[in-house]
Amino acid sequence: MTTPQAQPLLQVEDLSTFFPVRGGLFGGGGSAVVRAVDNISFDIRPGEVFGLVGESGSGKTTLGRTLLKLVDPTAGAIRYKGTDIAGYTERQMRPLRRELALIFQDPNASLNPAMTIVQGVGHPLRIHGITSSRAQTRSRVAEMLERVGLSPAETFLDKYPEDVSGGQKQRLVIARALITEPAFVVADEPVAALDMSVRARVLQLMLDLQRDLGLTYLFITHDLATARFVCDRIGILYLGSLVEWGPARQLFDDPQHPYTRSLLDAIPLPDPRRRHRDKQLPTGEMPDALNPPAGCRFHPRCPAAFEVCGWEGADLIDFLEDRWTVVDEPTFERELAATGPLDSAEVARDEVRFPKADHGALVPLLRGLRDEEAGRVFTGVTDVTTDADAVVVRFGEGPAPALQPVQSVQVACHLHGVVEQPSDLSRG
Amino acid sequence: MTSAVSDTASGRPPSNVPVLQVRDLSVAYGTPRGSLGAVDRISFDLYPGESLGVVGESGCGKSSMGRGLMQLLPAGAEVSGSATLAGRELVGASDQQLRRLRGEDIALVFQEPMTRLDPLMKVSAHFVEAIRAHRPGVDKDEARHMAREALAQMGIPRTRADNYPHEFSGGMRQRIMIALGIVLKPAVVIADEPTTALDVIVEAQILDLLDRLRADERVGLILITHNLGIVAETCDRVAVMYAGHIVETGSVEQVFNDPKHPYTRGLMASTISLETTALHSIEGYPPDLVDPPPGCRFHPRCPDAMYQCREKIPEHAEPNPGQHASCYLYPGSGQPDPEEPPGTLAAALHA
Repeated sequence: MTTPQAQPLLQVEDLSTFFPVRGGLFGGGGSAVVRAVDNISFDIRPGEVFGLVGESGSGKTTLGRTLLKLVDPTAGAIRYKGTDIAGYTERQMRPLRRELALIFQDPNASLNPAMTIVQGVGHPLRIHGITSSRAQTRSRVAEMLERVGLSPAETFLDKYPEDVSGGQKQRLVIARALITEPAFVVADEPVAALDMSVRARVLQLMLDLQRDLGLTYLFITHDLATARFVCDRIGILYLGSLVEWGPARQLFDDPQHPYTRSLLDAIPLPDPRRRHRDKQLPTGEMPDALNPPAGCRFHPRCPAAFEVCGWEGADLIDFLEDRWTVVDEPTFERELAATGPLDSAEVARDEVRFPKADHGALVPLLRGLRDEEAGRVFTGVTDVTTDADAVVVRFGEGPAPALQPVQSVQVACHLHGVVEQPSDLSRG
Repeated sequence: MTSAVSDTASGRPPSNVPVLQVRDLSVAYGTPRGSLGAVDRISFDLYPGESLGVVGESGCGKSSMGRGLMQLLPAGAEVSGSATLAGRELVGASDQQLRRLRGEDIALVFQEPMTRLDPLMKVSAHFVEAIRAHRPGVDKDEARHMAREALAQMGIPRTRADNYPHEFSGGMRQRIMIALGIVLKPAVVIADEPTTALDVIVEAQILDLLDRLRADERVGLILITHNLGIVAETCDRVAVMYAGHIVETGSVEQVFNDPKHPYTRGLMASTISLETTALHSIEGYPPDLVDPPPGCRFHPRCPDAMYQCREKIPEHAEPNPGQHASCYLYPGSGQPDPEEPPGTLAAALHA
C-alpha cells in the first residue's frame, strides 16, 4: 500500500508528445501537429495503482506508451527512480526494459498465434537472457501460469493461444508481462474486452499479483467505475491535458473539475431507482485534436464555463448551428438570412466577421441573444459592431488554465481562480 | 410458451395491443462443426411506446435475435418460429415484402454507423434515397425537407444536411443513423449496442434521444446491450439472455431490485459500478452452442444447480406478477414433485 512519504517511482514533468500530421486541415498545405500529450506533470508512488482515465482521443494510451519510451516524448522529463529517461536511446533503455512492462487491451494482438504458450509467455525470458535453458524457461513459465490461475500449468504449456478462452487469454497476456518480474506495469484497458462475468476475476488477479510481487501499476481506462475500485490515485485526461488528479476517493466524492463531474454524472447506474437523478451533461463531443479549442479545451462543452474560459469565433458558429436544431423552421430561415451562409463567415480566435450578413437584422439578433444570455459563448463576447462590409463579433482574452492545488487534488480550472499556464507553453 | 405477456405491474404505457409478437423464434448458423443455435425458441411481446432492454454477454444471441427479426442474416443462417409486426409475419416474408417493411415499419440501428453510411454520398442523399424507395410520390425537395427535420430532431444542424459522412464525429454519425432509421416513422426500432463505440458522455446524449423518440413518437424500442446500467436507466422492461435463451423477463424495477434467475443475480453482482465495494464473478465460461449442455444451459455455472437442471429446460415460472424466470427454483417451472426422491424422474422418463 501507499505511504505518503515515499519517494516517487516515476516523476513526470511538463511531458509532451506531439505527432506531426502531413497536410492537415489548415489552408496552405503546411504541416500540423497533434498534441496527443500536452505539458503533463504528475508522479506515481511505489506500490500504488495510479489510474489514468479519459475518453477515446484523450491521449491516455500515448501517455502510457511515452512513459515506457515506446513513443519518444517531444519535451519534458520522465524520472524513473530519480533518473530522467526521457532522452534515453533504445540502447540505454535496454537494461531497464525488464523492469517496465505493458499489458495490452487486446489479447489477440499481444500473443503470437504461431507460438505455443510456453514459447510466447517465455519469450521475454529469452530476450533478456534471464533463463539459459529450455527446461529452465519451461519451469519459470509453468510457475507463472499457476500464479495467474492457469492451473495445472502442464495442460496449458504446449497449447496455442487460440485453444483457450478470452478470459484465459488475458491471463496469458498478464503472465507474459510479469514474467520478467517488472517493477512498473502499464496496463492499458486490461479488462475492457472481457465480459462482465469474467472481468472481476481478472481484476482480482491483477490486484493479488500487485500485492504479492510488489508491483506499481499505471492503470489506463475509460471506465471510471473500475478505476474507482482499483486505483489509489487518479488523473483525468481531456484532449491531451490533465484536468484533475489526486486521491481516488477525493476525486469521486468531491470532483473539482466540471469535466470530472460530467463523467461521473454520465455513467449509467444499474439501479432504476436512481434513474431521475440530476445530471449535468456537457453538450457535443470531444473536438478534433488537430484543431483544439483555445483556452481551456473543455470550455465549449462545459456546463460551468464563463467569460475567461477561452471563448473564440468557432464557438459562436457552433452555438448558431445548435440553436437552429431546436428553433422552429421560420425562425431558422429568418436567422440564416440575417447571418448569411455560415461557411462565408470569417472565423478567428478573437473575432467572427459575417461579410454576407443582413446588417440591419444581424446586429439586433446577436445583441438580443447576448442580452438574454442565450448561450455561454456570449459571456466571452466583448463587442458586436459593424464595419464597412461586415458584422463583427469580438471576443475577450481566455488563457489556458494551469493546474492548481484545491483541497487535496490538483485541478486545471478557472473556477478555482484564474491561473494561467506559462505563456511559452500555452497555445498562441 | 409465451413469457412476459400479462405484465401489469411495470408501469407500461396504457396500450395493451402489442406492436410486435415474437413466438419461439430461433436463429441457427451452419458451421463446419454442425448447427450453432444462437437463438433458441424465444418469445416476447413489445408494446407501442415501450422500451425493452435485451441484455446479455457476448455470444448470448442478443444480436442474432435483432438481426433475425429483420431477416438480416448471413447466407446459411436459418430463422424459424414467428414474429408478427402489427399483424404481419416477418419470418419467411418475401424479399419484396421485407424491403417495404424495413424502414417503414421496423428499423435497425447498428453499433458502427460509419460502415452503414456511404462515404461518397451526402447525408441528405441517403435520406432522399430511403424516402423515395418507399414513397415514390415524394419529390426530392420534399424528401430533403423531411431529412432536415429528422436530422434537427436528432440534434444535427439543418445547415449540415448536405455534408458528407466523414465530416461528422462518431456521435453525430450515430445521430444521423437514428434519424435515417426514424424518417419513415417505423413502429419498432431495434437498436443493437447503439452506443458501445461511443464515449460515456455522448452515450448518455444518444440514450436521451432514443428515450425522447420512444416517448414522443410512441415507437416500440428494443435496446440490445451488454450494459446493465443502460437498461436500468432507459428501459421499461428487460429480457436477460444466456446461451440463446431468455432466462428472465420483467419490469426493470422487478429484475434489478429482485432478480430471480441465478444468472441474472450473478451478472448483477459481477457488474462493476460506482458503488462496487467487492469484486464478484460467475465461475466458468459460457457454453459452446454447437453442443450446448442439456437442460438449463446455465447449470454448469449455476451455484443453485439441482439434479433436474441437467434433465430438461425449465418452463418460465412467474415468481412475481409479470416477472418470469426459467428456473426450477420457482413453482410453475415444471419441476418434479419435491416428494419424489431425485432420480426417479429420469428413471420414469426412460422406462
